Amino acid sequence: MNDINTNNIIEVKNLVKEFKGLRAVDDITFTVKEDEIFGFLGPNGAGKTTTINIICTLLSKTSGEVTLCGHNVARERNKIRNCIGMVFQDPSLDDRLTALENLYFHGLLYNIPRRTLKERSEEVLEMVNLSSRKKSLVMTYSGGMKRRLEIARGLLHYPKILFLDEPTLGLDPQTRNKIWDYIIKLKKSKNITIFLTSHYMEETEICDRIAIIDEGKIIALDTPDNLKNTIGGDIITILSEENVKLKKYIKEITGSDVHDAKEGEIRFEVKNSSSFIPKFIKNSPVKILSISARKPTLNDVFLDLTGREIREENASTRDSLRMRMRGRMRH
Amino acid sequence: MKKELIGVYTIWLRDIKRYYRDKPRIIGSFAQPILFLFVLGTGIASSFSVFGGGGGRDFLNFMFPGIVGMTVLFTSFFSAMSIVWDREFGFLREVLVTPISRTSIVIGKILGGSTIAMIQGTIVLLFSPLLKIPITFAIFFKVIGIMFLVAMTIATIGIVLASVIKSMQAFQVITNFLLMPMFFLSGALFPLNNTLKWMNVVSKINPLSYGIDAMRTVILDNPTLQLYPLWLDIVVLASVTVVLSLLGTFLFSRQE
Ligand SMILES: Nc1ncnc2c1ncn2[C@@H]1O[C@H](COP(=O)(O)OP(=O)(O)OP(=O)(O)O)[C@@H](O)[C@H]1O
Ligand SMILES: [Mg+2]
Repeated sequence: MNDINTNNIIEVKNLVKEFKGLRAVDDITFTVKEDEIFGFLGPNGAGKTTTINIICTLLSKTSGEVTLCGHNVARERNKIRNCIGMVFQDPSLDDRLTALENLYFHGLLYNIPRRTLKERSEEVLEMVNLSSRKKSLVMTYSGGMKRRLEIARGLLHYPKILFLDEPTLGLDPQTRNKIWDYIIKLKKSKNITIFLTSHYMEETEICDRIAIIDEGKIIALDTPDNLKNTIGGDIITILSEENVKLKKYIKEITGSDVHDAKEGEIRFEVKNSSSFIPKFIKNSPVKILSISARKPTLNDVFLDLTGREIREENASTRDSLRMRMRGRMRH
Repeated sequence: MKKELIGVYTIWLRDIKRYYRDKPRIIGSFAQPILFLFVLGTGIASSFSVFGGGGGRDFLNFMFPGIVGMTVLFTSFFSAMSIVWDREFGFLREVLVTPISRTSIVIGKILGGSTIAMIQGTIVLLFSPLLKIPITFAIFFKVIGIMFLVAMTIATIGIVLASVIKSMQAFQVITNFLLMPMFFLSGALFPLNNTLKWMNVVSKINPLSYGIDAMRTVILDNPTLQLYPLWLDIVVLASVTVVLSLLGTFLFSRQE
């Protein structure tokens, strides 16, 4: 097939991956354009990492077609490996080496000449603000510093595409913001395509386009704004004395579906909340205990599409548990 | 080609760097041989006089090359097996997305583990004056060569196993049901030509037996303790190494 669109840097067609009967990736098709920030947003176990691992040649696919920079993922692995940079979900630095040594080994494997390698190491370390600690063992780094170093390492060989699999997993909010600052800065200073995954929905807002993925399927793919526009306006959450009656009433006056939300609240969508609320409170047949309105988020989009929250209550404890387990497994 | 050589070198160098950064490991590596040699060995040797008959001194001499072999065995095996957790949790995942061939990774890993094992073995060899075993320069270099060969053999076994097993639990099982028997039935601690028939048979298919035999031949230079000619030991070890490293590379290169 001749592709009309030549600036697709990644093309994935009908990709399927099965693990012993489990369909981790279930027939997904999408493209990533050159120089965009593309995001995979989805809950734990959605198949984000599996898809990335297939694209970056670490995992074989069950069926489907994947091309990257025009190279076929099944046949031209080395060509693909030369044009990608990877930041894995799990830490992959060598704790017992210094930052510079980690970069040095990485550069050797990409056959970067020694002098260039030295210059570039300085350059990427500067970029993630680690120059002052470049000679310390990675063991002595904080979680955020390690992540930054991994990003620096992923950039060392000037890849065309940088993959960031949950770049902020297990980090505190401040550090997370910093990491995103680096990523935005990077995008501004270089022509590079960024493919990232996350299950923090606020974070994927920096993406040009987002694919929402759930149970191995892409259930929506668009710009963040367009995705949010699929929701009919603002989100209203109400706590009342009689939910059943109120739900029926809302359905009558707005025509939109009313859902149960957390802690006995109900939620629904209206076009224009600021004119709706005063009228609503005045006419409500039931006593309203609290009411709030906000702009839709990507979480609402996910909720709308699947009926579930993207992050269960205990997701973050699970993440940190996972990080701790990993720490213990290391030798 | 040059790129691949650099790849092998990188994997090797990383293992060496990590080794000499790991001071506890180096210090710990003294502990085991000392324990075996001067506690277990001396203990058993002194029991010879209790049960009548001399030979305690001879027994310690007999055991010494076995302890050198033991050190090489464990060091090399564990270094090679580190590929298992490295793949899941560490540096190796990173190496796997670089444009370096799987073959180079395997070779680098084998050479890295072997080099470290050789260094560890040499440390144990330095105890020889305490046992009044004369080690000349010529012997020293011969032993180093043998140690490296044995280490390579063991490392390839480790790589093959590591490519098949994927979990820590399986790793424990392998250690208990393969590594320990391999050690006990290698002739490192006691001679196997006078024991039960099945033991003798097992020792013949145990590659480590040939390694220990070669080590003993070179260190002690005592024909009565020698099981096979040195050339045979070397041929067996080298063949096993070649075959298993091909197999290991093949297994390791398979994609899930
Ligand atoms: N090697 C494997 N063997 C068997 N099942 C696997 C394997 N790797 C992943 N899976 C399964 O595939 C599914 C998708 O996993 P994947 O790691 O891609 O999810 P994810 O979207 O990255 O989730 P997370 O946000 O937790 O990282 C999960 O159900 C997982 O259990
Ligand atoms: Mg993942």
